[in-house]
Amino acid sequence: MTDRYSFLSILKEAFSGQKGWEPVWREPAPKRDYEVVIVGGGGHGLATAHYLAKEHGITDVAVVEKGYLGSGNVGRNTTIVRSNYLLDGNIPFYELSMKLWEGLEQDLNYNAMVSQRGVLNLFHSDAQRDAYARRGNAMRLNGVDAELLDQAAVKKMLPFLDYDNARFPIQGGLIQRRGGTVRHDAVAWGYARAADRRGVDLIQNCEVTGITVEGGRAIGVETTRGFIGAKKVALAAAGNSSRVAAMAGLRLPIESHVLQAFVSEGIKPFIDGVVTFGAGHFYISQSDKGGLVFGGDIDGYNSYAQRGNLPTIEDVCEGGMALMPRIGRVRLLRHWGGLMDMSMDGSPIIDRTPVDGLYLNAGWCYGGFKATPASGFCFAHLIARDEPHPDAAALRLDRFARGTLIDEKGVGAQPNLH
Amino acid sequence: MRIPCPSCGERGHEEFAYLGDASLVRPDPTAPDAEARFADYVYLRDNPAGALRELWYHAAGCHAWLVVTRDTRTHEISGVEPAKAAALRRQEAG
Ligand SMILES: Cc1cc2nc3c(=O)[nH]c(=O)nc-3n(C[C@H](O)[C@H](O)[C@H](O)COP(=O)(O)OP(=O)(O)OC[C@H]3O[C@@H](n4cnc5c(N)ncnc54)[C@H](O)[C@@H]3O)c2cc1C
Ligand SMILES: [Zn+2]
Repeated sequence: MTDRYSFLSILKEAFSGQKGWEPVWREPAPKRDYEVVIVGGGGHGLATAHYLAKEHGITDVAVVEKGYLGSGNVGRNTTIVRSNYLLDGNIPFYELSMKLWEGLEQDLNYNAMVSQRGVLNLFHSDAQRDAYARRGNAMRLNGVDAELLDQAAVKKMLPFLDYDNARFPIQGGLIQRRGGTVRHDAVAWGYARAADRRGVDLIQNCEVTGITVEGGRAIGVETTRGFIGAKKVALAAAGNSSRVAAMAGLRLPIESHVLQAFVSEGIKPFIDGVVTFGAGHFYISQSDKGGLVFGGDIDGYNSYAQRGNLPTIEDVCEGGMALMPRIGRVRLLRHWGGLMDMSMDGSPIIDRTPVDGLYLNAGWCYGGFKATPASGFCFAHLIARDEPHPDAAALRLDRFARGTLIDEKGVGAQPNLH
Repeated sequence: MRIPCPSCGERGHEEFAYLGDASLVRPDPTAPDAEARFADYVYLRDNPAGALRELWYHAAGCHAWLVVTRDTRTHEISGVEPAKAAALRRQEAG
């Protein structure tokens, strides 16, 4: 049986009819109880299981997923990873994530197509340049790479942008060269396989319908496949966090919203990094298959429908046309939506809850894919040791009531930030 | 998604601006537990999957604030009334 991926194993299988490959993970039936039950088999739940097993030796773990692994946002996002944050509570956390991305494929023995092709945020006014310079300085003070480019430097990289747009001329950009893209499904599959190898049970098509609390303590979950007992219950149900938390009587500082993504027909190599428009909301990169992958704002109203509406599509495409008129003749191939937890300050939550033994990982807004490794790493640390990881110490649930928000945009309580 | 405005008829939702949950009521700032109530009012949400009463403003139409009852899973709209009527009713109920 071949179970490690390597040049040699591929060669060996090539000459033996590819018959030796093992299934990538087992399909176990749920046991009666576990030390830790993780609700949600998206990127964050699977990463948490992997790091619980690998970093803390806790392998009596089940990941309970209502659909199939990766059916949520981890397989629906636009795959951008970066750590270009401004505020203290965020920078170390996202930079930890970037470092984990850099070593991920070796750690998991899985090709996640981590591609540090650079993330360029364009600016269009003097004020915006100053704001980006400040952000770049904050990043560099924290040991993160950042470089401010003037118009000439951007022009050299991307000669086809609309630099002299009358309303939003492009003055330059802030680039993080270590940012880029990662193949999203491969992240789910890689973490799932690695966790399974260490003994974690991945239980698919199993919806959690209740959280059983006795004497103020979570003791397990009711599911469509029966009760599963647990010493600790960890919620990682991005987009549905309010619903699962409500099963334990909690209300969260979160609204669920839909974000859409778009892919064009495949074209020849055109954009080699990630580019974002600073005057509207539009971000674009090109997949290795050649499709242009792009997105913009959330639709803007509470939604549990995994699909969006047409006005947002028009708005996103207008942003694209203002930035790079060249894409106007490319045909749209596919578009879809995903549900996100929009937190009230635009930052996530990794914390204990008022219910003993119940842990919460939520509020990822539309930037939670890049956080996947650090989120799993820090959530596993919290669950195993009952204390926050130092790099996630600011991402607390009670920060809203205490007034210590992590509000990157500086606009106060609203559920429509990044 | 189209919203039936009581004064303008059925219009595309892009004509409207959204404010979210219409059931939130500003707490009494002089209440002894005002601080906790304000934290709740400003940050916490029921965020239901199902019927939600929510505020929409007809910005590109009659400029009325509306309370729309919509299923957040299907976008099906089961009721629309002017926000003023809803507020008066709440006042009468005390
Ligand atoms: C269109 C789009 C584009 C995006 N682009 C980016 C990007 O470019 N960069 C970036 O960093 N982020 C991006 N994001 C955000 C990112 O995808 C999410 O923040 C992140 O994937 C959320 O974590 P997750 O992977 O664990 O979520 P998910 O994959 O959604 O995992 C949650 C899982 O919980 C399961 N679940 C829910 N309720 C239950 C229940 N009751 N019982 C059992 N299981 C349950 C769901 O089925 C789901 O599989 C984007 C999101 C969308 C929708
Ligand atoms: Zn109207």
